[in-house]
Amino acid sequence: MDLEILIENVLNALTAGITIGSIYGLMCIGLGLIFGIMRIVNFAQGELLMLGMFASLYLVTGGRVLAFLGPYWGPFIGAICAAPIVFAGGALLHRFLISRVSGLRTAGSLDEGHFGQLIVTLGISLILQNGGQIVFGSTPVAVRTPLSAEAYLIGPVYGGAMVFLNKAKLVAFFVAILVAIVLYLTLEYTRLGKALRAAADNPTAATYMGIDVDRAYRIAFGLGSGITAIAGGLMATYISFGPFVGFDYVIIMYSGVVLGGMGSILGAFWGGLTVGFVQQFSALILPPQLQNAAIFVVFLMIVLLRPQGLFGRSAERA
Amino acid sequence: MRLGVGAQLRRNLTILAVLAVVYSVVAMFVTNSYYQLILTLVPVWALFGVSWNILSGYGGQLSFGHAAFFGIGAYTVTLGMVYWSLSPWLGIPLGMVIGGLAAVAIGTPTFRLRGHYFALSMLAYPLAILYVLQYLGFQEVSMPMHREHAAAFMEFSQPRVYTLIAVGLLVAGVVISLVIESSRFGLALLAIRQNELAAEAAGINSRRWKMRSLVVSGMMAAVAGGFYARVLLVVTPDSVFGMLVSAQAVVVTLFGGVASVWGPVIGAAILVPLAETLQAELGTYLPGIQGVVYGVAIIAIMLLSPDGLFWTIRDRWFAHKTPAPLPDVGPVSPPPRRTPVRTGMPLLEVENVSRTFGGLKAVSEVSFSIAEGEILGIIGPNGAGKTTLFNVLNGVLSADAGSARLAGQQMLGRKTFEVCRMGVGRTFQVVRSFPRLPVLDNVIVGAYGAGLADRAATASAVRALRQVGLADQSGMAAGQLTNKQLRLMELARALAGNPRLLLLDETLAGLGREECDDVLAVLARLRDEGMTICIIEHTMHAMMRLADRFVVLDHGRVLATGLPRAIVEDASVIEAYLGKKWLARQNV
Repeated sequence: MDLEILIENVLNALTAGITIGSIYGLMCIGLGLIFGIMRIVNFAQGELLMLGMFASLYLVTGGRVLAFLGPYWGPFIGAICAAPIVFAGGALLHRFLISRVSGLRTAGSLDEGHFGQLIVTLGISLILQNGGQIVFGSTPVAVRTPLSAEAYLIGPVYGGAMVFLNKAKLVAFFVAILVAIVLYLTLEYTRLGKALRAAADNPTAATYMGIDVDRAYRIAFGLGSGITAIAGGLMATYISFGPFVGFDYVIIMYSGVVLGGMGSILGAFWGGLTVGFVQQFSALILPPQLQNAAIFVVFLMIVLLRPQGLFGRSAERA
Repeated sequence: MRLGVGAQLRRNLTILAVLAVVYSVVAMFVTNSYYQLILTLVPVWALFGVSWNILSGYGGQLSFGHAAFFGIGAYTVTLGMVYWSLSPWLGIPLGMVIGGLAAVAIGTPTFRLRGHYFALSMLAYPLAILYVLQYLGFQEVSMPMHREHAAAFMEFSQPRVYTLIAVGLLVAGVVISLVIESSRFGLALLAIRQNELAAEAAGINSRRWKMRSLVVSGMMAAVAGGFYARVLLVVTPDSVFGMLVSAQAVVVTLFGGVASVWGPVIGAAILVPLAETLQAELGTYLPGIQGVVYGVAIIAIMLLSPDGLFWTIRDRWFAHKTPAPLPDVGPVSPPPRRTPVRTGMPLLEVENVSRTFGGLKAVSEVSFSIAEGEILGIIGPNGAGKTTLFNVLNGVLSADAGSARLAGQQMLGRKTFEVCRMGVGRTFQVVRSFPRLPVLDNVIVGAYGAGLADRAATASAVRALRQVGLADQSGMAAGQLTNKQLRLMELARALAGNPRLLLLDETLAGLGREECDDVLAVLARLRDEGMTICIIEHTMHAMMRLADRFVVLDHGRVLATGLPRAIVEDASVIEAYLGKKWLARQNV
């Protein structure tokens, strides 16, 4: 009997790890574009996620723009539609604030402008969190879909052990995978993607090759924002959230990106997936309140145990 | 205390005393209890800012998690009172001790990280503690009242008393900060912030100084937190460990002026009343307005005056007219002579040193030796492994194999600053200066690195500046120097530690013919004084005049060793490095 419960718990943690982890993976791709590839330390990435959630919420329920789609399709279409909105927001942020402390302006400076980026994005994060409280209120909300209360039952697989597949998470999982694949193909095979990667890799050289680096950065930053926003919109279907929700996920995103290896889009996805697994499995032994604390411990372990050389400039040229 | 900073320190202490008295007197006339609370909170947040400034301002180790220490202080005082009836008079010092211990526990792993990784990791600590406290059920803890022994429990019906205590704590914090600023501690931190590798190569144990600054900073933050809890009478994890708390320290300091003791004070004096008033006036309609104000404030300051108000004001209206002259150190004695190595034994003996990067053998089984008083030139094409060899020798990189002995002592496997203390000075291919420090301070860093005390360090720095002919520029900021002067300053910094071996990496790079001759003259004089030098250089005509012997590296291997004339006629060296044109020109 005990074994049955154990098997059931492990199997459910496994499926939850895959579904939730994939959405973390998508979120991490967003940060991976900004931090992993462009090397911009963006402290406000969690707030972009939060904006994605609220954008989706207002599209689906508030403005009722997408109400005609019904409660089954609406929330997921809403999540995808959140992307262009947050893309525009991200591009504007980059245009007016972030570009002043990154890219060509700071290339080759002592710390590549990281100090300025940390401070400016901390400011953006404070404004969005607290401004969000003013605009959205602090009562937790959710994008309602009947799917989040429904589950597929698989099994019994062993004795009475059953696997529950939450339908909302399952659909979110497929959407996340789809978006990740489309984005990967775009970056890998289109002219735009190549220009973005070139500009991010070496802004100075890209300029000489005739790439409009500022524009490329703006688009890449917008993309990173939009992708994270989709992940936010997807999560909004199965969690309740408020303006301060972004904070918990900043750490998850940085863990994923660092774990996956800087500068790799696929790596960021795998990193996020891994973090999702760790979180779900830690739920087997830890009380729910400590799950987030576990993520922080994992983050510290990742950053501390990976060899220094993988983190960019630690081994600097003398 | 460093030489020549006494007057400035006295001036700052006077300003501090005047400000504290004026502030306290003004506070005595305020009767509105809400304004009294604000008057108490300004020094508390200023103290928190001062603590952050020690680690992140002077030392440049950006911490986004200082709430960890603040919260530890707050919870120690509160829980101490709830469970053991511990008076805050004892609880605050206890919190300070725990804050210091937490600093050691946090710093030990986290200082392995640099830059933004350090900043992000620091963020994780207060949040992890926050969740643990919520799990343990300390969501909201109120302090019990002790009516009968009120004063013994820091409980006053008169809110002005809290303001006075807060001012007293801030004054103590500012004094500590001022003392740090004017001692070798502060100079070491500034050097680490501006160029950590250069500081290490000048003998500064950066890890230890960073740890000390974190401990001091953590203790001070815990005091601020402990007193804050006493003033507000109730703590929640979010109100003392939350992100907004960490941000508060960052914001007041950056806004007021980073790496200046007055910065956090100015920042808190402006931003705290502003945010509190807005919160009180508009908080019901616009909850979170405080955070928005802080966000706008730091973005604006970062874009408009990145170092903060204090520096902008100072640069605009109080810029120094004349650079400070050299401090009077009395007659400068010649450097103490090191006992010479036994005759017949080389000063430096390198044997089979190898270093690979992945599949690339950057340095491969390199062996050579340098006799005392000799100048050895290392030449070779780009990518031959010359700089890597230096990096291995002075501990920036670890060697995969081999040994290097300085006067019989093993150099490899030591940290950079330890190699420096063995008597190895180093300059860099790209000059690594501390651009915002005066030339004299740049050089003193090298003397402190060698373990000299304040007076001796200054004397040694003055001597080194005279040796390279930079005495007249000693008061200028290093950022204002010409390339040649920077090269000489870096040389002086290496000399100030009284080394027995100098590793010079392309000291002549980027210099014109005449400038080159000036630097060569300095080097020749050093040789005449008995200095041993190992120099990497591409300028062959200069090397022919300077070096006693050459080692030629190619693809990480020693291609040839010998007297200059023999080397330039060696067919393999001409093939690999000098080229046929060189040969043709020599024969004309």
